[in-house]
Amino acid sequence: MGNRKVKFGVVVYPGTNCDRDTYHAIKEVAGEDARYLWHRDTDLKGSQVIVLPGGFSYGDYLRSGAIARFSPIMEAIKDFAEAGGLVLGICNGFQILLEAGLLPGAMLRNKGLRFICRFVDLVVENDETPFTLLYKKGERLRIPIAHIDGNFFAEPEVIAEMERDRRIVLRYVHNPNGSIHDTAGIINSMGNVMGLMPHPERASESIVGSTDGLRMFLSAAKYVRES
Amino acid sequence: MIDRKLLEEHNLTEEEYMKIKEILGREPNLVELGLFSVMWSEHCSYKSSRIHLSKLPTRGKYLIQGPGENAGVVEAAGKAVVFKVESHNHPSFVEPYQGAATGVGGILRDIFTMGARPIALLDSLHFGPLSNPRNRAIMEGVVSGIAGYGNPMGVPTVGGEIDFEEEFSHNPLVNVMCVGIAERDRIFYARAGEPGLSLIYAGAPTGRDGIHGATMASAEFGSETEHKKVNVQVGDPFKEKLLLEATLEVMEKNLIVGIQDMGAAGLTSSSSEMASKSGVGVELNLDNVPLREEGMTPYEILLSESQERMLMVARKGKEGEIKDIFEKWGIEARVVGRTIKEKRFKAVWKGKVVADVPVDSLAGAAPKYDRPYTKPTIDEKLDTEWLEKRDWGEVLRKVISSEYMASRKWVYEQYDHMVQINTVLLPGLGPSVLRIKGKKEGIALTIDTNPSWGRSNPRLGAVLTVAEAFRNLASVGAEPLGITNCLNFGNPEKPEIMGQFVETVEGMKEALEFFDVPVTGGNVSFYNETEGKAIPPSVAIGAVGLIPDLSVLPGPERVEEGDWIYLLGWTGEDIGSSIYLKVVFGESGGKVPEIDLRQEKELQSEVIKLIRENQVSFAFDLAPGGLLPNLAEALFAINRGAVLRIKPQVEEVFYLYGESPSRMVIISPYEITSTRVPIEKIGRIEGDRLTVFSHGRKIVDEGVDSLKKTWEDFFHILFDR
Repeated sequence: MGNRKVKFGVVVYPGTNCDRDTYHAIKEVAGEDARYLWHRDTDLKGSQVIVLPGGFSYGDYLRSGAIARFSPIMEAIKDFAEAGGLVLGICNGFQILLEAGLLPGAMLRNKGLRFICRFVDLVVENDETPFTLLYKKGERLRIPIAHIDGNFFAEPEVIAEMERDRRIVLRYVHNPNGSIHDTAGIINSMGNVMGLMPHPERASESIVGSTDGLRMFLSAAKYVRES
Repeated sequence: MIDRKLLEEHNLTEEEYMKIKEILGREPNLVELGLFSVMWSEHCSYKSSRIHLSKLPTRGKYLIQGPGENAGVVEAAGKAVVFKVESHNHPSFVEPYQGAATGVGGILRDIFTMGARPIALLDSLHFGPLSNPRNRAIMEGVVSGIAGYGNPMGVPTVGGEIDFEEEFSHNPLVNVMCVGIAERDRIFYARAGEPGLSLIYAGAPTGRDGIHGATMASAEFGSETEHKKVNVQVGDPFKEKLLLEATLEVMEKNLIVGIQDMGAAGLTSSSSEMASKSGVGVELNLDNVPLREEGMTPYEILLSESQERMLMVARKGKEGEIKDIFEKWGIEARVVGRTIKEKRFKAVWKGKVVADVPVDSLAGAAPKYDRPYTKPTIDEKLDTEWLEKRDWGEVLRKVISSEYMASRKWVYEQYDHMVQINTVLLPGLGPSVLRIKGKKEGIALTIDTNPSWGRSNPRLGAVLTVAEAFRNLASVGAEPLGITNCLNFGNPEKPEIMGQFVETVEGMKEALEFFDVPVTGGNVSFYNETEGKAIPPSVAIGAVGLIPDLSVLPGPERVEEGDWIYLLGWTGEDIGSSIYLKVVFGESGGKVPEIDLRQEKELQSEVIKLIRENQVSFAFDLAPGGLLPNLAEALFAINRGAVLRIKPQVEEVFYLYGESPSRMVIISPYEITSTRVPIEKIGRIEGDRLTVFSHGRKIVDEGVDSLKKTWEDFFHILFDR
C-alpha cells in the first residue's frame, strides 16, 4: 500500500459551508486526496473516508441536520458505514449522523441559547479509534467550536453504555454548551463512525492558531492505509 | 389624478414632479410616478450628497475599480479585493433582527455580484446607552440578526466596533462592510451589453415586502414609525447561500454579460442601471416575474425589495445553461425581459405597456441639489476640573468596564469569525488580519467611526477618523490600499446638518489626499433623525491594508516576560470628547484633539518599518481610550503584567487617558530608537500586575486578572443574567 494517498469524500449539501475548509485541510495540509460529493449523488466515487462537514444543511430549518438525512447520498453513506467504512461528521455533519441514526443521542440548543464561536480545550479520552490513533489518551487539544445546537444529550443508559465502551472520544475541559458528560465527540459501537462538534479543519495550520485538529485526518488516513 | 397628497406619499417635491412631466412630455401614470419616486430618492440617487462626494480622491496605484459600481476593487497580492460598506440604519430601528440580517444580505450580494467570493464581514454598530432596556433590546436584536444571517452564509464576521451615544436611542446605526476576493480578470460589472440579450431573474420570488424601503430611508422618522414595519424585508440566508454558489458558478463558466443584485428599488433599479450604463434600454415582461403573493400589481412588482434576488444579462444562447446551474442549486431562474436598442425603460404586463420612460432619466438624471448649509459650531470646551489628579487605578477599572471599552466578546462569539480558515488575528484587538491561502501576504481590515469627534468638530473628526483607521492598519504592519465609507447624518434639508456633511467630506478629502489613498465607494445615509433630533455626524471609514509578509506579524502570543514597552509619538494636552470624560464626568463633548498629518504619517511609517524588520512583538494604538486602558487591554491578551515608569511632561490625565491621535505603543525584546519619531521606553512586561510609577510615585497597582474579569464580564452580566 506504501504512501498512496487516501481518498476522502467531502459531502456537500445545500447550505453546507465548511466543505471548502475541510477539503483544504485534507488536500492542501494533510496532503491526502479529496473530492466533493454532491447530496444528490448516489455513488461515493471510490472514497475511502467520508466526511460530513459543518454548515447549515438545507438551512437547518426544522432541526439541525433533520432534512439532510433524507438526501439521496445518505443511503450510500449508510451502506458504506455498515460495511465498516470510515465516516466522520463535523458539527452539522455530526448532527446529520445523529438524525440519520448512525450515532446515538440528539443535539439540543446550547444551554446559553446563543451561537458560540471560540477556541475550546478538549481532552482525548480514547486514542484507539481510527480517528484518534495519532493522539495520546489524556492529551489536551485546542480546537474551535462554532454552533448553536451543540448541547449533546442521550438517555442515561445510552450514556452509561458509551462511557463503559469508551465511546465518548473527546470531552470539553470547560463545558461550553451544556453537553451531557462534557461530551464533544463520540464514536459508534462498531468504531468506524465518529461525530464531533469542534472543527478539526479549523485547527490544522499554525497561522490560524492551532494544528491540533490535523491529526484527526491523518489518523483516518493512516488507518485506511494500514488496514 | 396626481395630487399633492400622492406626491407627498412618494416623497417627491413639486419641482421634481415638474421635471418628471418635462422629461415625459406628459403626466406620468401611477407606476411611473413610483419608479421616479424610488430612483430619485436620496437613498438611490445621492441627490444631496453627489456634488460634495465628487471632491473625494478616487485614484490610487492599487485601485482597480472606484466608485459607481456595486463595490470598489483594489489589488492585493495579485488578487482583486472587492469591498464596500452599506448602512441599514432605518430598518434596524424598526425591526432590529431583520433589519440587521438583511443589511448583511444586501452587502454580501454587492460583493458576489462583482464575481468575488465574500471572505469577511465587519460591522460598525451604534446604539443608545444600555441603561435603557429598549436600547438593549435593539442591540440584542441587531447582534442576533447579524449572526443569524452571516453564520449560515459561511462568511466570517471578523471585526467591527460598537459604540454608544444618547442620540442613537431612536436612530441606531448598523453599517455593514463586506470584503471579497476575486481573480483580477474575472470581475463582473453592472452592464447590459448590447440590444437583444435576455434578462434573467434568479432567486427568491417577489413579494410585497420592502416596497418603498428606499423611500423610507429618505425621510425622517415621526412618532408613527412603528407602522413602517411592513417596509422592512425578511431575509433568508439559506436562499442567499445557494444564490451565492450558483452565481459564482455562472460567472466561472462565463455565461453572463453583466449582473446587478435587486436591492433598493429592486427590479427597477437593477435593470435601469445596467441598461443606462451600456447605452441601451430594457423591456420587462412582468408576467414572467416569479411572485410570492397573489394579485400583485405592476407597481408592486417593480418596486418590491424582496431579498435574495439577482438580475443578469445572459450571453447570447446561454440562457439554458444558466437556468440549469441555478436549478442545480434549487433556485428558479427565468427570462423576464430583454435589452432593447431604444434607450427606454418599458414594462409590459398582461399585454399592456404599464411604464415607458427614458432609461437615463431613472438611473442618471435624478436631480442634484446644492443644498444650503451653515458652518457648524465647534466645541472648544476645556474644563480645568477635568485635569485634576485622581485615583488612576480606580479610574482604569471604571473605564475598562464601561460600555465604551468593555470586552466585545459577548458579541463576537455569537458570530462565526473563523469559517473559511483565514482568520489570523482573532477579534477583540486591533484590526482584523486575514491570510490569502497560498500567499505570504495578508490583508488587514478595519472599520472606524467616532461620533463624539463628529459632534464636536465634524471636519477635524473626519480627519481623525481616517488617521485612526490607517493607524489601526499600521499596528499590524499594513499600509492602506483604499477605503470605503458610510456617512451617517440627519436631515440634509436642514442647513446645519448639511453643514456637518460638507465639513465632514472636506475633512475626509484632506486626510485621504494627504495619505494618497482613494475612496473606492461607499454609502450615504441621511435622515437619521427622529422627531427633529439628529444623530451626530458619524463617518464610518472601512479600510483595507496590505501586509507584505505575515511571518513577521506581531501578536500577543509573541510577547515575553522582560520585553520592553515603548511609547512612540506625540502626547498633547488632549482630553476633550474622550472616553475618560464620558465615564468620569458623563460629559460627551469637549475640544477634539488637533492632528498634524505629517507627524501622523511619520509615526505610522516608523511603526510599519519596525514591524517589517521583525523588531516588534506586539503593537497597538491608543485612541480612543488613551494609554492606560489600551495597555490594559493588550495585557489581557498577552496574559501578563507590566511595570511602567513614566515621566509625563504634561498633566497625568493627558498622558494616561488623553486621546492625542499620533501615539502608539510597541512591545519588543530589542533596544529601539528612532530618528523620526519621539520614542520613550516606558516600562517592561513583568509579573501579573499592572503597576505604574509616575516620576517615581506609585499611581496604579492593579492585578491584571481581576481587571480582566471586570472587563470581560460587562456584556455577559447585562444580557445573560
